[in-house]
Amino acid sequence: MSKRKRLGTLAATAASVPITLFGLVLVTFLIGRVMPIDPVLAIVGDRAPMDVVEQTRLELGLDRPLPVQFVIYVGKLLQGDLGRSVMTSHTVGADIRHFFPATLELATVAILIAALIGIPLGVLAAVKQGTRTDHIIRVLCLAGHSLPIFVLALLSLLVFYATLGWAPGPGRQDVVFDDMVPAVTNLLTVDALLAGDWEVFRDAVAHLLQPAGVLAYFSMAYIARMTRAFMLDSLSGEYVITARAKGLSAARVIWKHAFGNISVRLITVLALTYAGLLEGAVVTETVFSWPGLGLYLTVSLLNADMNAVLGATLVVGLTYLALNLFADAAYRLMDPRVK
Amino acid sequence: MLTRRSLLVASTATPFFSYAALAETPKDIIVIGKQIDDIISLDPQEAFEFTGGEVCGNCYQRLVVPDPANPSKIKGELAERWEVAPDGLSYTFHLKRDAKFASGKPVTAADAAFSLQRAVKLNKAPAFIVNQFGFTKDNVDGKIVAVDPYTLVLTIAEKQAPTFLFYCLSATVGSVVEKAVVMANAQGDDLGNGWLKTNSAGSGPFMLRSWKASESVILDPNPNARVPVKPKRVILRHIADPAAQLLQLQKGDIDIARDLQADQIKSVQGNPAFKITSAARSYIMYIALNQKHPELAKPQVRQAVKWAIDYAAIQKNITPTSWEVHQTFLPKGFPAAIDENPFHKDPAKAKALLAEAGLPNGFEITLDHASSQPQADIAQALQADLAAVGIKVALLSGESRQVVTKTRARQHQMALVSWGSDYFDPHSNAETFNINTDNSDNARNRTLAWRSAWQDKDLSDRAAANVKETDGEKRVIEYEKMQRDHQARSPFVLLLQSTEMAVMRKVVDGFEVAPMSARTIYEKISKT
Amino acid sequence: MSTTTLRDWLLTDTPSSRAQAAWGRRYRLWCDFRANPLAMAGLIVTVLLIAVSLLAPWLATHDPGAQNLANRLARPSAAHWLGTDELGRDIYSRVLYGGRVTLGMVVAVVVLVAPLGLAVGCIAGYVGGVADRVLMRVTDVFLAFPRLILALAFVAAIKPGVTSAIAAIALTAWPPYARLARAETMMIRSSDYIAAVRLTGAAKARIILRHVAPMCLGSLIVRVTLDMSSIILTAASLGFLGMGAQPPSPEWGAMIATARRFILDQWWVPTIPGIAIFVASLAFNLLGDGLRDVLDPKQR
Repeated sequence: MSKRKRLGTLAATAASVPITLFGLVLVTFLIGRVMPIDPVLAIVGDRAPMDVVEQTRLELGLDRPLPVQFVIYVGKLLQGDLGRSVMTSHTVGADIRHFFPATLELATVAILIAALIGIPLGVLAAVKQGTRTDHIIRVLCLAGHSLPIFVLALLSLLVFYATLGWAPGPGRQDVVFDDMVPAVTNLLTVDALLAGDWEVFRDAVAHLLQPAGVLAYFSMAYIARMTRAFMLDSLSGEYVITARAKGLSAARVIWKHAFGNISVRLITVLALTYAGLLEGAVVTETVFSWPGLGLYLTVSLLNADMNAVLGATLVVGLTYLALNLFADAAYRLMDPRVK
Repeated sequence: MLTRRSLLVASTATPFFSYAALAETPKDIIVIGKQIDDIISLDPQEAFEFTGGEVCGNCYQRLVVPDPANPSKIKGELAERWEVAPDGLSYTFHLKRDAKFASGKPVTAADAAFSLQRAVKLNKAPAFIVNQFGFTKDNVDGKIVAVDPYTLVLTIAEKQAPTFLFYCLSATVGSVVEKAVVMANAQGDDLGNGWLKTNSAGSGPFMLRSWKASESVILDPNPNARVPVKPKRVILRHIADPAAQLLQLQKGDIDIARDLQADQIKSVQGNPAFKITSAARSYIMYIALNQKHPELAKPQVRQAVKWAIDYAAIQKNITPTSWEVHQTFLPKGFPAAIDENPFHKDPAKAKALLAEAGLPNGFEITLDHASSQPQADIAQALQADLAAVGIKVALLSGESRQVVTKTRARQHQMALVSWGSDYFDPHSNAETFNINTDNSDNARNRTLAWRSAWQDKDLSDRAAANVKETDGEKRVIEYEKMQRDHQARSPFVLLLQSTEMAVMRKVVDGFEVAPMSARTIYEKISKT
Repeated sequence: MSTTTLRDWLLTDTPSSRAQAAWGRRYRLWCDFRANPLAMAGLIVTVLLIAVSLLAPWLATHDPGAQNLANRLARPSAAHWLGTDELGRDIYSRVLYGGRVTLGMVVAVVVLVAPLGLAVGCIAGYVGGVADRVLMRVTDVFLAFPRLILALAFVAAIKPGVTSAIAAIALTAWPPYARLARAETMMIRSSDYIAAVRLTGAAKARIILRHVAPMCLGSLIVRVTLDMSSIILTAASLGFLGMGAQPPSPEWGAMIATARRFILDQWWVPTIPGIAIFVASLAFNLLGDGLRDVLDPKQR
């Protein structure tokens, strides 16, 4: 495939994103409709009299037929208006700017930890293929993926917070630091650095490490497994054998030649795992009282707060598609094996 | 005021990996762990959920409140004294002169009039509490009037029991907001609703510093409060998982935990490191038997269900600390509430009643219940109890709002649901559990009686008449009779009343939970 | 036929029939698989779990639904080998019966998902054109959806329970299978072998069903085995959010989700279903890894 053709395929994939997003909105909208929860209930409560209920239903536009509601929503969406959340009283846009960075921060640190530990373990397992080291690494990694994540999270809290006292408790920061640095990016660590406040930064990092570690352990199995598979493939490649024959040191052969060869494929794996973390943090966020998008999405869903659900789903979907596109691009444009 | 620096001083020199150094929250800051995701608005004329009511109760004052020492008595909060005109329609309130808003301005009758008018004009969920005295958008400006800066006159449409009006005014919706501040932040014709959802403008001991949904509510003291406020800051932290709440309490990261479950409370009972405060809440759990179901509509079947259940075992084993057996429609602690629990597990009697109804072999039925605890456990116990008398129950669990949505549409057969009183007058529950004037599917007045399609004209009429009874003693006696008749006839299997439990570290003083959440006050909390 | 001769028959370089060649190939795979101790451990544990679940009525000491409120949260004892839960039910018996529900759920999801994903992927990959584009967009929509949220919404929309949990997990699990099957199909489509079949004038449906789909099975089986633990974990997560299998059903995920509140004091109540989930997941994962090594050598 020529480079131009590869770019062309990529452009076609990118062009499909709006269609997919439209489908996403449609499906979410339908889900909102079939949910047997009255959205008005979340706003006025169980005890409001009929006229308030009806008035609210009118205000939300729920009296109109579904297709009309859908067209109105999409029309507003195209103007960048995601509507207002009834649970938080803010616009959904503002909510997402508040909640999404928290998830982003968590997932980013998690993927970093998972990559920094998972990849070396995978390489080691490949090099020592079939030995006891290989087996131990495999079981160790798979163990993290064999327990429900809320159990891992609770165990971690029990051990590192309650018993050892190494980690701070749930939450994004200690109460005394609340509201202390101006919210610029809403990424607490970045905001703290921007404000030059090391106390807040240290506190934010300390609070991040535990939930991120739990998420990282959960996703490490996949990263290590793929690394090992790629490495085995690569180690049996001709040029690695050539490099070995040339008498290069084992470390050099492994890291420079074999590993270099798989790095692009690894990026693809990491991008997809990252996308999974962004959406999959719901449970971790609940246990660690982490005010992220997953928590926002769950609470909104169970209150039939459909503007919020639609907005948050769109963001998650968009991120997923973007990362997918990125992985695709990396694979097509940079991998030496795609010729 | 709490400055950044003073907070930092309290927490400097924290080693990176040892959080033990910060084992305790700073002394002047009270941290309360609570599930706060029920808050929808902190505008007192809109807030209607537990946490919202509690926060508003700390930021605002009302004209009158139930006396904490004896809730069946009324006490002035912003009002110094009041009188009722001989016709029973005109109420005059004389305001205290020393009350000040957080802004430093005095609280005037104009503010009070504006606040009550605002409740009517906004017409949000709790507006009916005020509206039931005959106020409407169009007439309220003439019916609620500030005749001078410290005198407020209310004219109601028809004669009612005076305590009924007072208790209604003591609800969160009767909170007095500062007119000038609210109107300065109004947008269009929202009367400042958009702004007041996330800000405060009251004369209570605290002012709202911030509310972040599903994260935290931060309250700072009102510098102009009448009595000095002890904590320099109160933080309500959203901790969804009760196990995490307990852990954080044990570690000293929070001072008070509000949502521990029965078994967790049991595990800290008797531990000298903790103290427990509790109060019976005006929140009751019951089974609604939909009268549209032919079997449930039989009076004997309704009573059979009541005699089949092992109330004591459920209470003792599933909810030993958090709920008490309660079988009348008025919660314990309410004026006129009787503490009579006639029903207990008597399978023989239940079976006899079923046989009398022509169902000696029982029948099959569904029970909707919330999937959360303790409802899920209770539902399973009910299933076992009812099976013992031949009623085969299929459990349908769902998210709690889902169950509520279903009962509101009268689509349930049996449903395990809960009800919290709207205001501290017996009429709140007497109305909803009895009055049903139109049993058609598109009725306007959809009480709990309507939701279960139950119409008992006698009880319905008596509930409507008794709210107008001006003789306090007679009124109480009638409510007592009604509760007994209700037990004998209604399709409500009243089971349990919630006990609000809060567990705090032993260093915490001055915190008590109150029967109505709006009365749980933080101003006296301190730590030693 | 003695064992040696059977082995020789299987391993011969010159099979005399198609069946012999096929069995020979399978036997070689089995030999490869057997050489991997972890995979063997996974297989043995899996078989044991299935056996124990099937034999639950004979192995259990109590009725898994029998309540005894007076004896709730009892420690492990002679009467209740693994203690009792929050309603005084025997945990040992519940874990045994729970295996049926949990493993049954896994099987049900797999039975729903694999054929669906295979069908969508094969059709999209083989037919191409508009069908491909439409099917892949639909797949993308479901892939881009936050998975647990989709399942949660779906369960909430029907009603919580084992059946809706199965349907919801299946709804979120099929897209990767479709992707996988499509990719395989695209490769197979251009092979000489399929071109030869096409020349015989076979119908599209027949080619897909008889020639393309079977070729995708290998990688699909690997994926299924690796996914089994995810299915158990997703079911548990749904339980955590209050939307999983509903009590009194003794599903492991639901058991651990409802019992997590006892983790501090009555640790055995959540720990025992936790161990069951852990063992089953780990076994499935190891088995899947082993199968992948054997069936999917290019990804070893």
